[in-house]
Amino acid sequence: MTAGMATPSPAQLRELALTEEEYHHAVRQLGRVPNQLELGMLGALWSEHCSYKTSRRLLSQLSSKGPQVVVGPGENAGVVDLGEGLLCCFKIESHNHPSAIEPVQGAATGVGGILRDVFAMGARPVALLDALRFGDLTDAAQRHRFAKVVEGVGHYGNCIGVPTVGGETYFDAAYQGNCLVNAMCVGLVTAPRLLHAVARGVGNPVLLVGADTGRDGIHGATFASVQLDEGAEERRPAVQVGNPFLEKCLMEACLELAGSSALVGLQDCGAAGLTSSCAEMARRGGVGIRLDLDQVARRELGMTPYEVMLSESQERMVLVVERGRVEEVRAVFDRWELRSDVVGEVISPEELQICSGGEMVARLPLQILVEGFLPRRPRSARPEGVARDLSAPPLAAEVPWTLEEAWLRLLASPNCADTSWIYRQYDHQVGDDTVVLPGRDAAVVRLRGRPDGLALTVDGAHRSSLLDPRRGAQLAVAEAVRNLACLGARPLALTNCLNFGDPDREEVMWQLEEAVAGLADACRQLALPVVSGNVSLYNDLSGASIPPTPVVGVVGQVDDVQRLPGPGFAAPGDHIYLVGGEGAGLGGSELQRLLGEAVLGPPPELDLELERRASEAVRQLVSERVARSAHDCSLGGLAVALAECCVEGSLGAVVRLAEAPTPSDGGFDLLFGEGSGRYLLSVEPSGGVRTEEVCSHLGVPCVRVGEVGGDSVEIVGLAQIPLAAAAEARLKGIAGAMAGPVL
Amino acid sequence: MTWRCGIAVFPGTWSERDCAHWVELAGGEPVMLWHAERELKGADLVILPGGFAHGDYLRTGAIARFAPLMAAVREHALAGGPVLGICNGFQILCEAQLLPGALLRNSCLQFRCQTTHLRVEATRGPFLSGLESGRILTMPISHGEGRYYAPPEQLLELEAHGQVALRYCGPSGELGDEYNPNGSLQHIAGVMNREGNVLGMMPHPERACEPLLGSEDGLHLLRAALALVGAS
Repeated sequence: MTAGMATPSPAQLRELALTEEEYHHAVRQLGRVPNQLELGMLGALWSEHCSYKTSRRLLSQLSSKGPQVVVGPGENAGVVDLGEGLLCCFKIESHNHPSAIEPVQGAATGVGGILRDVFAMGARPVALLDALRFGDLTDAAQRHRFAKVVEGVGHYGNCIGVPTVGGETYFDAAYQGNCLVNAMCVGLVTAPRLLHAVARGVGNPVLLVGADTGRDGIHGATFASVQLDEGAEERRPAVQVGNPFLEKCLMEACLELAGSSALVGLQDCGAAGLTSSCAEMARRGGVGIRLDLDQVARRELGMTPYEVMLSESQERMVLVVERGRVEEVRAVFDRWELRSDVVGEVISPEELQICSGGEMVARLPLQILVEGFLPRRPRSARPEGVARDLSAPPLAAEVPWTLEEAWLRLLASPNCADTSWIYRQYDHQVGDDTVVLPGRDAAVVRLRGRPDGLALTVDGAHRSSLLDPRRGAQLAVAEAVRNLACLGARPLALTNCLNFGDPDREEVMWQLEEAVAGLADACRQLALPVVSGNVSLYNDLSGASIPPTPVVGVVGQVDDVQRLPGPGFAAPGDHIYLVGGEGAGLGGSELQRLLGEAVLGPPPELDLELERRASEAVRQLVSERVARSAHDCSLGGLAVALAECCVEGSLGAVVRLAEAPTPSDGGFDLLFGEGSGRYLLSVEPSGGVRTEEVCSHLGVPCVRVGEVGGDSVEIVGLAQIPLAAAAEARLKGIAGAMAGPVL
Repeated sequence: MTWRCGIAVFPGTWSERDCAHWVELAGGEPVMLWHAERELKGADLVILPGGFAHGDYLRTGAIARFAPLMAAVREHALAGGPVLGICNGFQILCEAQLLPGALLRNSCLQFRCQTTHLRVEATRGPFLSGLESGRILTMPISHGEGRYYAPPEQLLELEAHGQVALRYCGPSGELGDEYNPNGSLQHIAGVMNREGNVLGMMPHPERACEPLLGSEDGLHLLRAALALVGAS
C-alpha cells in the first residue's frame, strides 16, 4: 500500500474540504498517516454534503414516527404505506451549487440524482416536482439562469419519461448570487419489491453498472460543502453532465431486477461516487467491501485510483448480487445495452479495501470513514440590530399605488402569476396518471386500479424565515398542508430540503437551529412524520448568504380522484366563504417586496392547532363535494387568492369584508396581508348550512363573504378590477418578464 | 376476438405503457415488440409510441429506424397493415421514409407540453375513417421537435393527395399561428402515406383516453382502426 504522505499543507487540505483538526483526528483514529487516496476518501465522506456533520444533531429532533411509515431517513428515500401492499417512496434533494455554475446540466443532474434515489428502492418514479429560487427577473443574467434551469429540469424529466407535475418558483433579489434548485421525486413500489441499499453475504460480488467512470464531478461533494466565490465559474469541471437516455435504460433494468432474489442490495452512485456508495452499503450491512479498480470501466485513459474512487460520473448504480447469480443479473443489463462489471466483493472485515494493479492502495475501517467525522457545533447567535426588527412597521413609506394598482401589480408579480411558462416546458402528463395538472395548489397523481390518488406539493416561506426562521419553517409546513386540503387530501408524510448559507456565520447557524426546531414543532403538531431530507449549506456568494430557505415536500392521499374540485369558482350565484384564521400582516409579504421595502415587521401569526382543524374542515368539505372550489390565501393575501379563483373559473365575484380598514393602512393590510391559515371556498347556496356546520363542529372560523358572479372582482368599498384585467396580469407575469433578452 | 396491437419498445421509449392502457380501453390486446427482434408477434396493427428512442441522439428517430424491428414494421406497412406513429414514433416513421417530411425543433425553441385542438382533415385510412371531416379533437402534445416540414413541392403533393391528416386549430376549428404550438408548416399535426394505412402524429391520443385525463378523443382513432381490422 502506498505510504502515508507527509502532513499535507493547509491548501491541500482545503482542496479536500478537510481542516487540520480533522486531519489529525483521522490520523489519531487510524493510528497511522493516511495516504493521498485515503485522505481524499475521508475528505469526501466527511464533507458536510455526505456526513451532515453540522446539521445531524439538529435533525434528530425531526420525528419519523407514524403508523404509515415503512422506511424513515437513512436510506435512499423515505417510504410510506398506501394500503393494499402499495408503498410510496419519495425524497427531495438540492442541486444548488452546480446549477449556479452550469444551470442546464446542474439542474438536469439534480433531477437525475433524485430519480436514482427513488428507483434504487425498487420504486418506479411517477412524479417529479421542483422548488426553484432566482434573483429578480428584471436582471438579464437571472432570466438566463431561470430559463436554463427550467430547460435542464425539463430536459431530464421529459427525456426519461417521468412527469414533472408540480413545483414552486420564487424570484427575490436575495437569490441573485445563489439560485436554489430542489427536486423531489415520488415513486411507487409493491411491498415485496422494495429494495434496500445494503451489502450482505461475505463473498457476494459487487457490480458497478451503467455509465463508464470518468473524471467528471471529482470533488463534487466537497465543492457543495464550501461557499461559491467569484472564481466559481472555474469549477465547472466539478459539475457533471447528465445522460437521461442512459438513466432511462438503467432505471428500466433496475426495476426489472427489483423483484429478483438474485439482488441483495442496490445503491445509486451519487455524491462522492464509489467511495460513498460502497462505504454506506457495507456499513448498513455490517460487512466490508473490497474493490478492484482495474475492473472499473473508464471513460478516459490514465485515471488514478483517486480519480476513480471520487468520480461523480452520473447514471451509475452499485449492486450486491447473490454469489453464482451474476450472469442472470448481467443478462438484464445486457438486454438494455448497459455495461455491468463485477468490481469487487463483500468481505467480513468492516473495511473498504481498494486494490489497483494487484496491490492494495487504500484500506479504511468503515466506522472511521462513515462515522468518524468530527461533529461540528459552530457558534450561533441571533442577529443584532434593526436589520430584523420584528416590531418595525412592515411598510416604511406610504404605498404610492391605489389598491387597484397594487392588486394588479401583485397579480402580475412573477411570484403570484400564472406559471404555465414553466410547466409547459415540462412533460407533466406522461404516464397517463396526472389528474390535477401543475398550476394548482397541489398536483394529483392517481393510483392505477384504485379509487384514490396522491396529492403532491412543495412549499417554502423564505421571507418570513428571514424575519423569524422558526416561524418561517412552520409556515412552510402549514402552507403545504393547506395546499393538500384544497384538493381534499390527507397529508401522509414530509420530506425536506434545508437550504442555508455558511453555518460558520453565527447568524446562519442560528437560522438553521431555529428552522429545524420550527420544522420539528410543526410536523409534530400536524402529525406529519419526516421520512427523508437533504441539507444544502454554504449557499453564499462573496460572503452574502441566501435567506434561510427550508423547503418541504408533502405527499398526501385523496380518497377519490373522480371527485376533485375544479381549479376556480364553479358557477355564478355560489356563495364564497372565508374559512380559517383571522388577521393579516404585511411583514415579509409580497407587497413589501414589490415596493422594494426591507424585510421588516412581524411575520404572519400562526396557530398550528387552528391550522390542523381548518385543514380538516376544508378536507371534509371538499371530499363531501360541498365545496366546489377551495384555494388558500398565501402570497398576495386574500385579494390575490380571490382574483385567482375568479380567473381560474372565468367568473367574477363580489366580496364584502366585515372588518373595516384602519385609517392609517387604507386597506392594504386587509387585502394583501398574508395572515396564515385562511381558505376561500365556494359552495352552492344550499351547501352553506353544511359548511357552517362542519366549521363550527371543528371550531374553525367561517364567514360567508360574498358571491360568485359578474365580470369583475370586487371587494366592496375598497377595490374592484375587471376580470379580464386580472387574467391578463396573471398571464403576463412570468411570460412578460421572460420576453426580455437573456444575458 | 380481440385484436392485437403491437407496441414498439426502443431503448428510451416512454409511452409504451400509456399506449397499452389506451389499447385496452379501446378493446384491443397490447403486445410489446422489442426493438432488437424482427417479428410483430401476430400484431394486426403496429404502434410506434412516444419517447426518446436511443436518446434521440444524432437526430430524432435517426438511430431507431435501423432497428431490426423496423424491417418488420416496414414489411407490415408496405403490405397495407395499419401503422400509427405517435410523437417520437412519427419522427421515426419520417426517418424510415414510411412517411414524407421531417420534424424540426419547435419554432419557440422550447419543449411544449400543452393541450391542443386538432381538426380532422382526411377521413380515410384505418385511424380516421370513422371520423367526419372537420371534426375537432382535443389532445395534448409533448415534444421539443414537432415542427412539421416538407419542401414546397412535397407539401403541394401532400395536400393534393389528401395526406394531411390533422391540423392544429382553435377550439372551433379556426386555423391560426396562435393555435400552432410548434411552427409546423400549414399547421400540420399529422400526415399519412398515400395509401392511408400509415399515420404519424405529434399529439398524444393515448393521453386522451379517459374523461379524467381531460379528453376521450384519442379513443376514436383506435376504435376506428380496430373496427376496420375486425371487418377485414
